[in-house]
Amino acid sequence: MKKLTHLERLEAESIQIIREVAAEADKPVMLYSVGKDSAVMLHLARKAFYPSPPPFPLLHVDTTWKFKAMYDLRDKMAEMSGMELLVYNNPEAKEKGINPFDHGSLHTDMWKTEGLKQALDKYGFDAAFGGARRDEEKSRAKERIFSFRTSSHGWDPKNQRPELWNLYNAKKARGESIRVFPISNWTELDVWQYIRLENIPIVPLYFAEKRPTFEWEGGLFMADDPERLEKVLGYMPEITEKSIRFRTLGCFPLTGAVESEASTLTEVIQETLLTTTSERQGRVIDKDAGGAGMEVKKQQGYF
Amino acid sequence: MADIETKESAYVVDKLIAEDIDSYLDQHEHKTMLRFITCGSVDDGKSTLIGRLLYDSKMIFEDQLDALASDSKKVGTQGQEIDFALLVDGLAAEREQGITIDVAYRFFNTEKRKFIVADCPGHEQYTRNMVTGASTSDLAVILIDARKGVLVQTRRHSYICKLLGVKNIVLAVNKMDLVDYSQEVFDKILADYRAFAESIGIANFTAMPISGYKGDNITTLSENTPWYTAPEYAGVPLIEHLETVEVLTSDDADKPFRMPVQWVNRPNLDFRGFSGQIATGVVKPKDKIRVLPSGKTSTVSKIVTFDGELEEAGAGQSVTICFEDEIDCSRGSVISIADAPPQTADQFESTFVWMADEAMVPGRAYWMKIGTQMVSASVAEPKYEINVNTMEELAAKTLELNSIGVAEMTTDKQIVFEPYTENRQLGGFILIDKMTNATVAAGMINFSLRRSQNVHWQAVDISRTQHAALKNQKPAVLWFTGLSGSGKSTIANMVEKKLHRMNRHTFLLDGDNVRHGLNKDLGFTESDRIENIRRVGEVSKLMTDAGLIVITAFISPFQADRELVRAMLPEGEFLEVFIDTPLKVAEARDVKGLYKKARAGELKNFTGIDSPYEAPRNPEIRVDTTKLSPEEAADLIVDTLLGDV
Repeated sequence: MKKLTHLERLEAESIQIIREVAAEADKPVMLYSVGKDSAVMLHLARKAFYPSPPPFPLLHVDTTWKFKAMYDLRDKMAEMSGMELLVYNNPEAKEKGINPFDHGSLHTDMWKTEGLKQALDKYGFDAAFGGARRDEEKSRAKERIFSFRTSSHGWDPKNQRPELWNLYNAKKARGESIRVFPISNWTELDVWQYIRLENIPIVPLYFAEKRPTFEWEGGLFMADDPERLEKVLGYMPEITEKSIRFRTLGCFPLTGAVESEASTLTEVIQETLLTTTSERQGRVIDKDAGGAGMEVKKQQGYF
Repeated sequence: MADIETKESAYVVDKLIAEDIDSYLDQHEHKTMLRFITCGSVDDGKSTLIGRLLYDSKMIFEDQLDALASDSKKVGTQGQEIDFALLVDGLAAEREQGITIDVAYRFFNTEKRKFIVADCPGHEQYTRNMVTGASTSDLAVILIDARKGVLVQTRRHSYICKLLGVKNIVLAVNKMDLVDYSQEVFDKILADYRAFAESIGIANFTAMPISGYKGDNITTLSENTPWYTAPEYAGVPLIEHLETVEVLTSDDADKPFRMPVQWVNRPNLDFRGFSGQIATGVVKPKDKIRVLPSGKTSTVSKIVTFDGELEEAGAGQSVTICFEDEIDCSRGSVISIADAPPQTADQFESTFVWMADEAMVPGRAYWMKIGTQMVSASVAEPKYEINVNTMEELAAKTLELNSIGVAEMTTDKQIVFEPYTENRQLGGFILIDKMTNATVAAGMINFSLRRSQNVHWQAVDISRTQHAALKNQKPAVLWFTGLSGSGKSTIANMVEKKLHRMNRHTFLLDGDNVRHGLNKDLGFTESDRIENIRRVGEVSKLMTDAGLIVITAFISPFQADRELVRAMLPEGEFLEVFIDTPLKVAEARDVKGLYKKARAGELKNFTGIDSPYEAPRNPEIRVDTTKLSPEEAADLIVDTLLGDV
């Protein structure tokens, strides 16, 4: 028998985790954010159950502020995997017109944190897969693969269950739920390499291309929908064409672009490896509340 | 915890990335993986070493360094200097307290391998975290402060590694810069450690003199320790050793084939496959296999994956296997090579690591998860507890948080297993509390007890159905539970009289009466009370086998114990009757004067006073004695029982 490579070991581990959840949870769901980590997670789920389709739906907690290219890929992937796609918009955020320009961190709270809780409660899901990785951020490094949440979706970092061997405890009381992170042990480089090896479709925004951009509060952003931008900003920002790409994908006004010429997967990986800033820097969310940004968000129920 | 002395070479990226990215990626696609843990005491420089490994393998980015610099000034322990411990200490609460309190996982790559580091704290009270980290590790780095030598903590860490079956051990003698890189100091520590290691059965380890702070013998051999290249030493830097060490768990591939079934894959009537991750061995199409515990055999028809059918699959791979015959196989089954199957048993001796604040309760039923099997298991009073600092065996009545001990255990059905030393996946298990759902213990099966292999069920010709048919009734257990003085015995007596008048064959088991005979060896400690209930449960079960309607009147305060009895009986034959009398009311009645004694401190472990009563959550029958008279209560119970018949 040949020895397994690191990617083969990671793949086998993730598949084992995904199958455990399917076997032990009453009503699992896979959160799908359309980013590259979600793409890998969905691919692993398809592998885990082949020739059956994955026995759970995909859930996209949408903010209505995603890039157009993301919505396109989302619909295509749902169809390709034979899974049901559920899209949830927090009706309250919709009604109040919550947007990233006027409402800052409230935008994330309402659309994503609240939206996720509402969606899980609405459908009664007791286990939700997420594509978070431990190498992303400090508080994630200590998160379990099965992360237990109270009935109000809170995360108590002091009260997490020990995880030994590959034995996961999925027992919970009615109303409680678990978040499961099957690619916890993958690094950003692993994700990129796996996408390359397996030819996994990802949103074209990861690749550099000439795109309309504007500058806002010191960052470089893409003008994906100028009319809507003008409406919320109150003025039409100055739009210039630049060759840009994205290192992470979120809501278009919250996700900073980087100027880049990397237009193929290999070039993107090369640029990623040569870069000297960590991946999430382009996202505004982590900077809230000092270094503890993500940890506070998680205690409130953000993924 | 010290800052890292940074060298100008720290951020030099691999030239290949810039010059030939495709070759670089091809090379990295063929890397292997090594998972290891670092263990050390508070000041052994563990965080600094990990910071060093991340730094030297370019895993720290500029923005992280900037954040680190500002954090260091705010909460760092190094004055104005950069405190690398902050880089690896995660949660905000911990940062404020300045301690690491959990297992954190770190990642770095070199050209040859990907590494996952379980960063385990060295504090005494966190044995649990180290056990968790060690359970998935191929190798352990045990840190020693060169100035302090082999400490009690070193022994504890080594013992836990040995217990969890971590076969590769690196003894990293750190802070060599503070002892002038003395060979003599290193030799002394090496000799001390070797003597200890042999005493606990660690035959091989690799010792190296390092400094995480200065970077000596981390990525390259240090000029400060020229003596380290002599033949009696390993003579390699830490990273090189980690890159090249043979991962001993990979010998799993040479063991007989076993795969626990996770999920039955049945997309349509034409396909039936069994999905799982191969624990040990290799499987090929046409192999004869056996499914346990049923023992049925068949032949592998194909091994299915998303990427096509495989000619061969081995340990560690997640696959779906199809058989030539339709034989019974489901989640929890283990597929094995036909001629060398694993054993099945229901009684074991195991080693436990207790992981919950609430101590082990001997006799209580816990969920046991082993592989993909979930069964109910109870643990006897420990044979002994192990003092992890001295390896002494101590007498123990229970196991508390972070203690390690050996005890016998019984499962409610036969499970497929192998001793942990032979097979981690079929010998390691967790225990889960049935009430709180918390993972309370990790366990490792040492061996099955002979008696469980030699005691077989004797087949009898007259079945329980025939016994019941002769009596013209459906057997059942009416299990009364409630506080002392709630009215259990009074109502139970009335129920039996009513049933007797209706020509039903009954028997009343009363708490006080049983304690005069069958259970007179038992006291009132928590574990004795559980054993009391277990025996009454077994007796009740025998009586229902004989066709009787059994009425029991015991306080039986713990939900888990009542559930244990419920699980012994066929579905629908256990009726939990909750005699719901508030403590105030029961205490006011105090027919036997017991509450008074308990309040005065003359009676210990008295339910409701200094021992808890867990009310049933979903009893079949609930009797509110503040609303119903005993007579009305008895009618309600009889009506419910017979309505059910």
